[in-house]
Amino acid sequence: MKMPLSGMTRLAWRNLWRNYRRTLIMLLAIALGVWAMIFMTALMRGMVDDMVSQGVAALPGHVQVHAASYRDDPSITHSMPAPGQRLLEALESELVSAWATRIKVPAMISSEYENRGVLLLGVEPGDEIALGFDPDDIVEGRFLDSSEDSGIVIGEKLAQRLETRLGKRVAVMSQDPDNNIADRGFRVTGIFHAELENTEESVVYAGRDVVQAMLGVGSDISEVAVLGHDYREPGPLTEHIRAAVPDDFEVLPWPELDPYLGSMLKVMDGFVLVWMVVVFLALSFGLVNTLMMAVFERIREIGLMRALGMRPAVIVYQILMESLMLLALGLLAGNVLAVGTIVPLKDGIDVSVVAKGMEMMGASSVLFPVLSPADLVMANSVVIVLGIVTSLLPAWRAAQYQPVEALGRI
Amino acid sequence: MSAIICTDLCKYYQQGDSVIKGLDHVNLEIAAGSFICLSGPSGSGKTTLLNAIGGLDRLDSGQISINGERVDLLGKAALADLRLHSIGFVFQAYNLIPVLSARENVEFVMQVQGVSATKRRQRSMKILQEVGLEGMEDRRPAQLSGGQQQRVAVARAIVSQPKLVLADEPTANLDSKSMEKLMTHFRELNQVHQVTFMIATHDQRVMNWAERRIYMVDGQVTRDEMQDP
Ligand SMILES: Nc1ncnc2c1ncn2[C@@H]1O[C@H](COP(=O)(O)OP(=O)(O)OP(=O)(O)O)[C@@H](O)[C@H]1O
Ligand SMILES: [Mg+2]
Repeated sequence: MKMPLSGMTRLAWRNLWRNYRRTLIMLLAIALGVWAMIFMTALMRGMVDDMVSQGVAALPGHVQVHAASYRDDPSITHSMPAPGQRLLEALESELVSAWATRIKVPAMISSEYENRGVLLLGVEPGDEIALGFDPDDIVEGRFLDSSEDSGIVIGEKLAQRLETRLGKRVAVMSQDPDNNIADRGFRVTGIFHAELENTEESVVYAGRDVVQAMLGVGSDISEVAVLGHDYREPGPLTEHIRAAVPDDFEVLPWPELDPYLGSMLKVMDGFVLVWMVVVFLALSFGLVNTLMMAVFERIREIGLMRALGMRPAVIVYQILMESLMLLALGLLAGNVLAVGTIVPLKDGIDVSVVAKGMEMMGASSVLFPVLSPADLVMANSVVIVLGIVTSLLPAWRAAQYQPVEALGRI
Repeated sequence: MSAIICTDLCKYYQQGDSVIKGLDHVNLEIAAGSFICLSGPSGSGKTTLLNAIGGLDRLDSGQISINGERVDLLGKAALADLRLHSIGFVFQAYNLIPVLSARENVEFVMQVQGVSATKRRQRSMKILQEVGLEGMEDRRPAQLSGGQQQRVAVARAIVSQPKLVLADEPTANLDSKSMEKLMTHFRELNQVHQVTFMIATHDQRVMNWAERRIYMVDGQVTRDEMQDP
């Protein structure tokens, strides 16, 4: 390229503002397009993040340790011993922010009127809260005091179904390791609310020691749930824990524990890219049109430059430069607009009016837009890369004119 | 040795049923360092000939060589390079880039050539002064009169001392004093630096400066004579 960049930049910049109204309209279009890309992506990210973090809180934990056969048949026969010395040491690590041992067995709960199949969780309440159980979700009564608490905490929905309420007794029945019936009466000490109706209906909490005694399993447990610091990066934590348990234990990160949830993030990435490309396609018509007009208006000038000895390739650069400036300015405005509208919404958008359906999918009724740097980079790259590709056509057209036919036009 | 050899140049335009002869079997030899005037009635093919020699237009047939190089066979980029480095143009109608100032227009060719900014500025200021446009360097073409624009174009054509200057009606909008000044300048470049000039003109006074006069009618060279300027 013979012409120095400074000269091309100057020419492109001045040409850009010759028809400033057209340029401003195009800038506005690009800015709005970029805003739509980033803003919608932030909302979608917020929704998925919410779904995933709720899903992770329900699991709970980023990584879980089970006996190898537990996941095929989650009954008490496939329990594991309480963490040994090595695992306890591993759980002291920096990578771990909280952990809990739990009993988790299928059980039947009955009131005097009704009975339902539920998942009975024997927990240490303090650890459970550290793992993500929110005590504020208790809408009546209280959460368990300790792992020896003899009460039971059930969901609002389940209480309705069983036609029971706070202070009443329920019977819980399950199997012990020898396949004998194990049952026990509990007093309902608390009623919780959950975003997912299904959770409210099918999960009950009792003290871990109480459940262990009822099932006659000594100190055995069903699982160790471990919380790390970032659910996006469960890998290192998984490896760390895996190294500390015998081979016949299964140590799995959350995306494998809940493959549906795990696929959400990947699906989301694909969806974001598709969305951005679609918005860009809408923009590209305007962009091509603007550049084509700019080229047609300037046929004589382009012919003159060619006649004076500018190579066709430099004409192409010239038009691309102009397009690049337009894109860069539009991107700048779009990014500012997007960040400017997302940041004030960081406390969440109440979408409860339209959220009934979303709760079914595991999202809550307050949406927190998530502005991720990767999405910003992606939106900007999509616009720049595809923008240049779309500008190639007008630029190439401009370079095709024979100098004399261009000059000859009055 | 000849600088430019045109052999049997033909360029026809189809206009409905009739054929317009832009160039009709033109043969010319132009020695390096010539100072030539091209005249003839309007529509006789002067512009067409200059464009053909400058490689701006495709011919129907014929050959053009400049210093032994077949211009009619060169590709787009090579032609562009030839024009950029060896030929200075003054066009008949449209000459200046509207978004650039007079000085930037003069510098344009040098900029594409890759001449350094300080040198460009030095040369452009000097040449604009020589064509009488001192103080108008920063005006855009739209803020200049026809004659002033023409002088900017002339300044651009000669600023980097090309081997060949093809000037199409460079004095059409000039008063006789400016014309005299310009022709003196051209003649000086021609004699001191052996720049070849081909000037298309209707102006008898301009023709008097030439050492060779080529007269065209209907795309043909009808007279070609030497004279003492
Ligand atoms: N693109 C074109 N299409 C059709 N005819 C053309 C075209 N360009 C030139 N001509 C014709 O070719 C002939 C020669 O034109 P040219 O411009 O060379 O004349 P000229 O001698 O420069 O005239 P003038 O003195 O008016 O500038 C004219 O008859 C003109 O009408
Ligand atoms: Mg002409």
